[in-house]
Amino acid sequence: MKTFLAFGVAVGAAAALHADVTGKVSLKGTPPPEKEIAPLKADANCGKLVSGAPMTRHYVVGADAGLGNVFVYVKNPPADAKGKAPAVPAVMDQKGCLYEPYVIGAAVGNPVEIRSSDPVLHNVNFQKSIAATPNPTFNQAMGPGAKPIVKTFANQEVFVKLMCNVHPWMFGYIGVVDSPFYAVTDKDGKFSIAGLPDGKYTLVFKHLKAGEVTADVEVKGGSATAAATLEAK
Amino acid sequence: MSAPTTVIQFPERWLHRYAVLVVFCTLGLIGLGGLVTSKGVGMAVPDWPTTYGYNMFFFPVHLWQGGVFHEHVHRLVASGIGFLSIGLAVWTQLVERRTWLKKLAWAALLLVVVQGVLGGKRVVLNDVPVLGIPGSVFFGVLHAATAQVFFCLIGTIALVTSPWWRRGASMPVIRGAAAIPGLTALILVQLLVAASMRHQHAGLAIPDFPLAHGHLYPPTNPEFIAALNQRRVEVLAFAPITAFQIHLQMLHRLLALIIVVGVWIHGYKSLGWGTVAARWGMAWSGLLLLQFTLGAATIWTDKAADLATAHVVGGALSLLTGVLFSLVLQRAKVKGIEDNSCPQPRRFLNPLPVATGADVASWRPSR
Repeated sequence: MKTFLAFGVAVGAAAALHADVTGKVSLKGTPPPEKEIAPLKADANCGKLVSGAPMTRHYVVGADAGLGNVFVYVKNPPADAKGKAPAVPAVMDQKGCLYEPYVIGAAVGNPVEIRSSDPVLHNVNFQKSIAATPNPTFNQAMGPGAKPIVKTFANQEVFVKLMCNVHPWMFGYIGVVDSPFYAVTDKDGKFSIAGLPDGKYTLVFKHLKAGEVTADVEVKGGSATAAATLEAK
Repeated sequence: MSAPTTVIQFPERWLHRYAVLVVFCTLGLIGLGGLVTSKGVGMAVPDWPTTYGYNMFFFPVHLWQGGVFHEHVHRLVASGIGFLSIGLAVWTQLVERRTWLKKLAWAALLLVVVQGVLGGKRVVLNDVPVLGIPGSVFFGVLHAATAQVFFCLIGTIALVTSPWWRRGASMPVIRGAAAIPGLTALILVQLLVAASMRHQHAGLAIPDFPLAHGHLYPPTNPEFIAALNQRRVEVLAFAPITAFQIHLQMLHRLLALIIVVGVWIHGYKSLGWGTVAARWGMAWSGLLLLQFTLGAATIWTDKAADLATAHVVGGALSLLTGVLFSLVLQRAKVKGIEDNSCPQPRRFLNPLPVATGADVASWRPSR
């Protein structure tokens, strides 16, 4: 794990027991240009659902080099936080023959609702492929108007990869961790993790392409901030 | 020398034509299977032997969308080949006098059934490791290999039921042709390597040719692999590239070079072996040239599905040509392969003579 690029900053201010850790992830270097998803546009059914040229989303770089779709989570969460999944389900949609959002987070035991807003057949396929996975795999069809598929993951896994073999350009990711303390950066690279108790933590910033860095952060009431930089080589 | 005058009976002639039909249909099926893998849609239908819970023959047409279309059509055509194989076995049993050929036809039927089951296991055991290999890869490669063996079996049946073969036509033992079966075996190994590459669903591990990542042999250290995956902008849901895949693709290139050079050398030599052998040799050389070009084009187009599939079909044809060429060349040596349904031409009775090129060239099958 690379730590030399990580900058962990802890700021304790007010007398609060739980803090919101906010921050930004930046990208250093120039990422390769994204490609048009030509098969999507060419597909008889899916092509009608999109306007313009659908593009790949490997590197989403926003204002001031902020890097989107970075999964941020606490590596060493408080012991009593383990297994405490949010009651609200995490939602992954299939829209315009793409998984939306591209990356989501979920806690172990947290219901993950996989929806389809498309009027076409999809299959939601989580398979081991080459890499091993600690979670049971599944491959289920979702026709137009089908009820959402609800899954829970029993083990931490960053990332679970969802695919659709009906439309082989469709893939999306779920970061599953054993605590409710995680976030996914927005298009400008910003994130916020709510309700973290006082303490010293290590944050992990993981991007599908740019890799992974860590940063130490101390929460001491009030708010805390953290920042990290990943590098496109 | 006068031509043999064997009369080929009507049912036997049609048996041959039927076998040729099965060969072409099987080639089409191999192409469809290649297309399924090229497009990465093998799991578009998650169940087997049913299709989304339906009897596969009654799966609603409006659901044949995207990858489902390719996978489902592959299954339907495969079933059709199964029925054709039943017909071939029964027909051979009824009209053939050669016991070994009857057995061969039944073996082909057994193999196609095994092949169907392997295809199904490829789907339902996708995630179950076998011998430490993911089920998707293990069964995928086995399925691809069995397809090639079946194709060669059917091709062999088509050859040995042909009037040309029945009349005893063959090429006599030719010095210098001994490597042809070896080259054919190497093509089979090459197809296994190719199937291993394709069934890892990682796309092109090496995107350039004739160099490899700008090198004669690319680096495979972890830093290089990590950077490679980082810079790769994949459109389809590919698995990450690994060092193993790079080694595998380099092996594929090396084998391709050995095979092409070997076949071309024998193609050149065959010009001196008489007309019939020269035709086989030149056809095989031409096929390998086309296959090599298709392989390069597959890389240059970032593995365009239609070209990659044509490359799979070319591989199957190259293997079959090698098998048939070897059989024809070695016919005289293979004990038991004798046409019991028709008299043998005198020149193939034991002891076997070594014909000259002019001798072979002078021979023409009677019609």
